[in-house]
Amino acid sequence: MFATLRPFEGSFFDDFRSLEREMGQLFGSGSWPNGIRSPARGAYPPINVGSTPNQVDVYLFAAGLDPKSLDISIQHNLLTIAGERKADTREGVNYYRKECFNGTFRRTITLPEDVDPDKVDASYKDGVLHITIQRREVVKPRQIEIK
Amino acid sequence: MTERKDLEKQESKATQQIKQDECILRPQVDICEDATGITLQADMPGVSKDRLDIQVDKDTLSIAGDACLDTPDDMEPLYADIGVTRYQRSFSLSGELDATKIDATLKDGLLTLHIPKREEHKPRKIEVRTG
Repeated sequence: MFATLRPFEGSFFDDFRSLEREMGQLFGSGSWPNGIRSPARGAYPPINVGSTPNQVDVYLFAAGLDPKSLDISIQHNLLTIAGERKADTREGVNYYRKECFNGTFRRTITLPEDVDPDKVDASYKDGVLHITIQRREVVKPRQIEIK
Repeated sequence: MTERKDLEKQESKATQQIKQDECILRPQVDICEDATGITLQADMPGVSKDRLDIQVDKDTLSIAGDACLDTPDDMEPLYADIGVTRYQRSFSLSGELDATKIDATLKDGLLTLHIPKREEHKPRKIEVRTG
């Protein structure tokens, strides 16, 4: 199932980041309009989204979750993921650092218009929630033959 | 002349460090202490057991790991909160901790380390005699 596993160092997400940085330099940060549903940087959990002609892949970086606590819903092309991360806070000990997220979260992301809300698949592995949404057949690029 | 050279060297080292820092993620941690020792929990989503590296060098504890996702080959990025996949963070340990007996578990991207205190440093209850 995970035959295509590979590290993505130096891969498209890195390229994307440098592209974003260049855009920031070109247009100056702040003048670029924010998406109406876009979150502030640093929202929990961090999300990466990638697309192929067949599907859209959403990755949520959320360690130590109980998959049963997750509530994933899709309405047209709006994907909402809600859940709770319960850190096992111990009583009667000294805490020096408490950086890990603890509590409930909800994130909504806008997917491309052509996703099929009936074909969604989700899996949780090594602390990453991977949601795959298929695209509708009609919008896949088609080769047109010339007669 | 040599002074200037040293300065240049230092500068390039500093810029290198900044470049390096841009390429790594600092995992977020919870650290607590009880009578037996220190417990450290680190969020490292995407890291599997075989891509995790924990090292103790003298009194420095380093944790590192590579995140790995199953991405289709023809994928194009639409949005990314996380642009790098290398986690790295280190901590200095104090002398009463026994680094040779660190216990580590990794579950769902959450790393838990328990660093025990040396026997002689564990708190003892002191009985008060009534005379």
